[in-house]
Amino acid sequence: MAVMAEPVAAQVKRSSLWTRAFESRHFLGAMFMVPAIAILILFLAYPLALGFWLGMTDTKIGGAGRYIGFQNFVSLSKDSVFWLSVFNTIFYTVAASAVKFAIGLYLALLLNERLPMKSMIRAIVLLPFVVPTVLSAIAFWWIYDSQFSIISWVLIKAGLITRYIDFLGDPWNARWSVVAANIWRGVPFVAITLLAGLQTISPSLYEAANLDGATNLQRFRHITLPMLSPIIAVVMTFSVLMTFTDFQLIYTITRGGPINSTHLMATLSFQRAITGGNLGEGAAISNAMIPFLVAAILLSFFGLQRSRWQQGGRD
Amino acid sequence: MTTADDQSVGMDYLESFPRKFFRVYLPLGLIIFFLLFPFYWMAVATFKPDAEMYDYEKYNPFWIVHPTLEHIKKLFFDTDYPLWMWNTVIVSVSSTFISLFASVCAAYAIERLRYKGSRYVGLAIFLGYLVPPSILFIPLAAIVFQLGLFDGNLALILTYPTFLIPFCTWLLMGYFRTIPYELEECALIDGATRLQILMKITLPLSLPGVISAGIFAFTLSWNEFIYALTFISSSENKTIPVGAITELVNGDVYHWGALMAAALTGSVPVVILYSFFVEYYVSAMTGAVKE
Repeated sequence: MAVMAEPVAAQVKRSSLWTRAFESRHFLGAMFMVPAIAILILFLAYPLALGFWLGMTDTKIGGAGRYIGFQNFVSLSKDSVFWLSVFNTIFYTVAASAVKFAIGLYLALLLNERLPMKSMIRAIVLLPFVVPTVLSAIAFWWIYDSQFSIISWVLIKAGLITRYIDFLGDPWNARWSVVAANIWRGVPFVAITLLAGLQTISPSLYEAANLDGATNLQRFRHITLPMLSPIIAVVMTFSVLMTFTDFQLIYTITRGGPINSTHLMATLSFQRAITGGNLGEGAAISNAMIPFLVAAILLSFFGLQRSRWQQGGRD
Repeated sequence: MTTADDQSVGMDYLESFPRKFFRVYLPLGLIIFFLLFPFYWMAVATFKPDAEMYDYEKYNPFWIVHPTLEHIKKLFFDTDYPLWMWNTVIVSVSSTFISLFASVCAAYAIERLRYKGSRYVGLAIFLGYLVPPSILFIPLAAIVFQLGLFDGNLALILTYPTFLIPFCTWLLMGYFRTIPYELEECALIDGATRLQILMKITLPLSLPGVISAGIFAFTLSWNEFIYALTFISSSENKTIPVGAITELVNGDVYHWGALMAAALTGSVPVVILYSFFVEYYVSAMTGAVKE
């Protein structure tokens, strides 16, 4: 690139400063970056910094706040609802991500078989991920209704239970219900991205293993899993990130209830900051999510994906 | 994407059909049933009259005896739903185009102009992709309020690019990287400016990437919820997800029929768009992860 930029620069030596500036890739590069950088600084970097600051103030909606140091965090550390939301968030993330990974990998392996109408099946499988989460969550809300739940109706007709299940009225029922809805939404993403990874594994590896007499399980353990591990790491990082910061499903299905037992940190921060008007306290809860997020990213990125990144591969 | 046939393992033909049925088709069928049932349930509730909806003894809940358009009619004529639909379209289309424009420029500069520090900017943009909206919405609400954008489409049009630009830029960088340098060099020698090269060579060659990014960005902004919920307060300015969840529930009275109709009709445009561009959508989704 540098080699060929020089003759061009020589050619325009006598033209005006302005024209010359437009031939310089550094200047031109900067100009090209302006729209993206302007939006990202004003609406991404600045709010991120403002969030740190707000977390240390007692700002309320409609009034300027003053600096109070770590007082928000001190009062949160004595707040049992906050700790409950931390527990819920971790439970929600761990339970949903583990099942999403298991079903997603299984579904990816199934879709990697020889199937009729494969591209159509793949398109259908991805639907839960495409449809607006809030709108599909409304369907789940109706499925979990205490009087008209179709699940309860089927189980009663099958003679397995005698009373309607109170899906959203009991803390643990509610937790598992929202986890199930999250799994429903997340499985397609995991499955389709892992399928893309599976399709890059060379069939000759499996043929060689077959000739050596490897069983199905051995082929999976010694070929599929190692070849897939880089993409598993990335997919699960995204999945954990999306689950940990989830807001839509909870807000639609339970609004954090019953008695705060499904509040995630994101929904609690919304409740405190926007509904309750305590912007400062809400921002402090948001900030408390950041260490968890960074830890999750580092763990899955560097813990799982040993192969490419750490051996000096290109990003 | 490659086709199914050349991916299969060599000895598949040895497997008998009953065996394959239990090993592949049955579990696949069960998972697909689990994934599709909520949509079926949404559609059933949309077209079911109230009398059948709340009476499981007389009517089988899985079926509709007297289909009705009553819920859809109520939704379109007794609520602000048409306005929500309009707002959602305006916001999604505008933010997608703004993001595509900014991302094409940024990705071209990072990948091809390779100005000083472009690698670090690329990395920073990727990190921006990892910042979730649920930790940004509180400070953003303060900023939106200060700028006087509160409760208007512009608040959403300007904030949605914060999660669209990092994604689109990252995706487009991957596409631009695959275009040979030689093409640009030829054009430079022929006296083309950088802008001409971008418009006449790079963009046409990476059109699939631009479409992928655009489709994915459009569905992401159509689905967005937390910003729309926070920055919009009056009913006529809401988007479909927010309007459905806040305006169709009166206290403890849930209009299940209308809610389901909103859920169904709000999903259909995205699904139609998706069905035309499945391959592009999938390549956007997997491309973003693979890079």
